[in-house]
Amino acid sequence: MFSLERWQEIFETISKNKLRTFLTGLSVASGIFILVILLGLGQGMQNGISHEFEQDAANRISIYTGVTSKEYKGLNPGRFVEMTNEDYEYLIAKYQDDLEFKSAVYRIWNGILTYQNESGSYRVEGVFPDYQFLENEDMVEGRYINYSDQQEKTKVVVIGNKVKQDLFGKESALGKLIQVNGINFKIVGIYTDPGGEREETRVFVPISTAQRVFGGGDKVRSLGFTLKPKEKFDATLAQSVKFSNEVEAFLKERHLVAPDDTSAVNINNTLEDAKRFYDLIGMIKMFFWFVGICTIIAGVVGVSNIMLIIVKERTKEIGIRKALGAEPWSIIGMILHESIFVTAIAGFTGLLFSMGLLELIGPGLQMDYIRNPTVNFNVAITTVFILVIAGALAGFVPAWRAARIKPIVALREE
Amino acid sequence: MITIKDLHKSYTMGANSLHVLKGINFSVDEGELVSIMGSSGSGKSTLLNILGMLDEADEGSYTLDGTPIKNLNEKIAARYRNKFLGFIFQSFNLINYKSALDNVSMPLYYQGIKRGERMDRAMAYLEKVGLANWAHHMPNELSGGQKQRVAIARALASDPKVLLADEPTGALDTKTSYEVMELIQGINDEGKTILVVTHEEDIAHMTKRIVNLKDGLIIDDTRINQVRAAAHV
Repeated sequence: MFSLERWQEIFETISKNKLRTFLTGLSVASGIFILVILLGLGQGMQNGISHEFEQDAANRISIYTGVTSKEYKGLNPGRFVEMTNEDYEYLIAKYQDDLEFKSAVYRIWNGILTYQNESGSYRVEGVFPDYQFLENEDMVEGRYINYSDQQEKTKVVVIGNKVKQDLFGKESALGKLIQVNGINFKIVGIYTDPGGEREETRVFVPISTAQRVFGGGDKVRSLGFTLKPKEKFDATLAQSVKFSNEVEAFLKERHLVAPDDTSAVNINNTLEDAKRFYDLIGMIKMFFWFVGICTIIAGVVGVSNIMLIIVKERTKEIGIRKALGAEPWSIIGMILHESIFVTAIAGFTGLLFSMGLLELIGPGLQMDYIRNPTVNFNVAITTVFILVIAGALAGFVPAWRAARIKPIVALREE
Repeated sequence: MITIKDLHKSYTMGANSLHVLKGINFSVDEGELVSIMGSSGSGKSTLLNILGMLDEADEGSYTLDGTPIKNLNEKIAARYRNKFLGFIFQSFNLINYKSALDNVSMPLYYQGIKRGERMDRAMAYLEKVGLANWAHHMPNELSGGQKQRVAIARALASDPKVLLADEPTGALDTKTSYEVMELIQGINDEGKTILVVTHEEDIAHMTKRIVNLKDGLIIDDTRINQVRAAAHV
């Protein structure tokens, strides 16, 4: 296998049969190319969907209320259900062992922010300190709302990066006073959100301040929770679903909403959605693998087909070689060596081109649900080896048969 | 050099069995130039194939240079062919994607000789057959006579004990045939044992001994006065 003489012989054969070599190589290279691109796309979709979920904590459970749609216990439909601080406090007391982060949200409609001559309309929300983690936000400058803000109902505000750019431009915003619906708040922090600009057009104030200053009383617009993760994903998911159901039942009972009313109490369980999406991605990836493996099989069939033709075409040459003293194994070795060499080179070429393409256009690809398609290099290398080995196996049978041909029969071949 | 005793060979074709060789007894000494003649179907090609270990006999013994040729597997047959025999075919059987030089060096490759030495030796044999200037030409750039000369050089390259030529002039015109025979006679003059299968009388008379085959038996085996091909060229 490693004799220099054999290599010389093979290079000679290859260089004199360029078209044949090229065609063999092409089927292998395209097979690998397609597989790698498909796997890359699969990974890209996974990255894209994961990214969609990154804007909030992955296990967040959001609860918000709406208008009843059914008559219940003598109450007419069309009644707006509003949660209160009491609901929130009851829930955090009841589930205090299970909860990781928790916050009630009081939302101020039509929040107008003004700084000197600049102003704009943004979402203003009164929240608890934990809300930072529920929203998956990172601080660019300063701090988030903290416990003492909450206690003392201070007029402080945390603004999104986009808000800062809109109102302050390049000017520093930290520590400045800004008017929220005409009331001065002090900026204590600027955050960024992986969800992008849309998620950064919001500003947060302590919920206690919001309820007092903007006349909210003890009203709560929505609740957000995350549960402490368990060791296993399935257990976490089960706990999360159970929690959602219990909270829903509790709120419906307390606010006199029919148990089968679907519009008054809404629960959005990110984890459940995520699971559904990940299952979907799993299916898509499996499908891509399936298509990829079929492509590889087609490649292997192509290689063995070409090997059959090569052996047929070279029957006479094989006869001559045998008459001149070639042993059967040297014939098999010659044919296999050539095919392995060609498939390996072609396989790596296909790998190089496809990985190159992914590298080149991958990071620039800004589509929803497809993001940075990459492929695991080990997986790709393994497929190349599988293809080479499969090609060799496929080539072995015709090579073996060629070596068995009696030289006298082979020589008669025209 | 070659001793054959009571050689039998039949081919089965469907339900019919065709008895081609029906007990051949025959021996060749070193340095002989023998022609085997016979009409088609006489069994001459079969005999040559058995001598060349390209085919196996059903019965009888065959000894080549003191080595009994029997129970051959493919591997040993290949080794013996390489060591003992040089083939010259009617249709030349050159490998068409290899140059004349590479074709001649082929048997040496299978002897495991290094490339450099292979090329030197092959070149020497090409010079011997007068084609040194054509060493790097492809077979399709050579005339029939030149191709056969390359084939002869190739047959000689492994320095075999016996040269087996199957209708070496069958595909050539008379003038070229005589040139090839002149070359073969020259090689024989240097002491090489050569067997030529032919159905052409004039070619047969350029050897030193004619063996006539008919219906699978030797009907005549005579030494003759060799006609030198050079006289006709």
